[in-house]
Amino acid sequence: MNKKKQTLSQWLNKNSTAGVVCTLPFIIGFALFMIVPMGMSLYYAFCDYNIISPPTFSGLKNFQRMLTDTTFWTTLRVTFKFAFISVPLKLLFALIVALLLFKGTKMTGIYRAMYYLPSIIGGSVAVAVLWKRMFSQNGSINAILMALGVIDSPVSWLGNTSTALWTLIILAVWQFGSSMLIFLSALKQIPTTLYEAARVDGANGRKQFFRITLPLITPNIHFNLVMQLINGFLAFTQCYIITQGKPLNSTLLYTVYMYQQSFEFGSAGYGAAMAWVMLLLIGLITLILFATRKLWVYDGGF
Amino acid sequence: MKAKKRTLNIIYHVLVFCFGLVMIYPLIWMIMSSFKETNTIFTTAGSLIPEKFTLENYVNGWKGFANVSFRVFFQNSLFISIIATIGTVFSSAVVAYGFARCEFRGKKILFAAMLVSMMLPAQVLMIPQYLWYQKLGWVGTYLPLIVPYFFAIQGFFVYMMTNFIEGIPKELDEAAKIDGCSYYTIFTRIIFPLMTPTLISSVIFSFMWRWDDFLSALLYVSNTVRYPVSLALKLFCDSSSSSDYGAMFAMATLSIIPAVLIFLFFQQYLVEGVSTSGLKG
Repeated sequence: MNKKKQTLSQWLNKNSTAGVVCTLPFIIGFALFMIVPMGMSLYYAFCDYNIISPPTFSGLKNFQRMLTDTTFWTTLRVTFKFAFISVPLKLLFALIVALLLFKGTKMTGIYRAMYYLPSIIGGSVAVAVLWKRMFSQNGSINAILMALGVIDSPVSWLGNTSTALWTLIILAVWQFGSSMLIFLSALKQIPTTLYEAARVDGANGRKQFFRITLPLITPNIHFNLVMQLINGFLAFTQCYIITQGKPLNSTLLYTVYMYQQSFEFGSAGYGAAMAWVMLLLIGLITLILFATRKLWVYDGGF
Repeated sequence: MKAKKRTLNIIYHVLVFCFGLVMIYPLIWMIMSSFKETNTIFTTAGSLIPEKFTLENYVNGWKGFANVSFRVFFQNSLFISIIATIGTVFSSAVVAYGFARCEFRGKKILFAAMLVSMMLPAQVLMIPQYLWYQKLGWVGTYLPLIVPYFFAIQGFFVYMMTNFIEGIPKELDEAAKIDGCSYYTIFTRIIFPLMTPTLISSVIFSFMWRWDDFLSALLYVSNTVRYPVSLALKLFCDSSSSSDYGAMFAMATLSIIPAVLIFLFFQQYLVEGVSTSGLKG
């Protein structure tokens, strides 16, 4: 008995056993909260299912429905527009501000806080409801623009198909803080000797930026681009609270439509199919970004 | 030459500061509006200073909806955020230790799975997980908001902690082993205490994410008494409920206080977390 107990504790204290024991929570969690639901939804994607009554197999019907569902294509277009406008703008602002703050002064800490704070709270519901009121007819944006003489009468930013999506884009761009921090730490890692050498060779500031700074931070630009594009494609809360897709579906993001189909229109099977299509799409975009990486990302070290 | 440099310097500071003000203007507007009389918020939308400073909005907002006070919503949010954070930090630390210090069959695949879980966004999982939790009978309870976090499902934290543990010299483990520590006591006595910096970062990020979490609350919490703050704030946007915008601004301001406090006191940890691992991408 005693001997057996000893071997058990010896077995438990083997490096490989300890590894499995320690990672066990993740193994269980991954299986239970990722694999199982994904597997189930893969099945539901091929079913008629409204959550209340049991699913019935319907083959490719959900995917065929996508082809003829004009709203589906509208949401795809809106989502692409949203992501491909907001992300480059966000990275551009992040880079410009990082370059401005790179030259450290006594005030840099305060400046950095001012630019980073929006990213900290930007995803909250508080900011979403605030945004909705800021861009409302009688909100502060109209008041300021009228005071400055930019516009004569209040503009219905959220009620106009040509401007509504832009309120969401501005909100996304406003949160450029984390990308900015990543750029800042990348800029700090560039050896100053490179700039000294360039100065000796007579390169001006612009040349130094395009020949040294920009190439050396392309890995960080790439990383930011991948992360932000994924986030951009999946934006939900802001659209759900601020516009609900209105007006005329001009701001209806993919995820919000997916939510509506599943929980409001009783087509959870269709929603599951949409989730899988989104996953494949994101995978594809990530793949493209990594495949084209070597074309423009400098990986050579300093 | 020197004078020119000084002018440039002043221009730089004015520019950067003014643009910074534009950045935080929405927040200032929200905070200032919360102190305005509710019927003057939109008639004086252009100015920041309240004509008459009032705390009435806070009193009215605190009353909440349908006889449920905002105190309840804050308690709910605190409860969910704290429990989920404890779960995620401890489970991630244990799993990270396993990844960083042990060799076992299938470790590579498991690590890849962890990276995949990091990339798999909540929005893609929302419908699959909802259907699964419904099968389990968890819909309408806090379980979906809490239980998964006890299983290290947030790859970000595991990844960050694994990197951190790999930076701790292995000699410490060896010495402890000679002194009779098992792999488990090495973790509890040596590694875990040394992980303090990364634990603090994780607590901060986890708490803020849980506090802001809207999507899972929207999906799983149906009873107003159990609403977290994020969901309660949404009620201000529904046309059927009150349209007391003063109260809305007041409660929105209160709801961002935890994040702002964390930001003020732990800015360094946030900055490091983002710069080194791209957290909160």
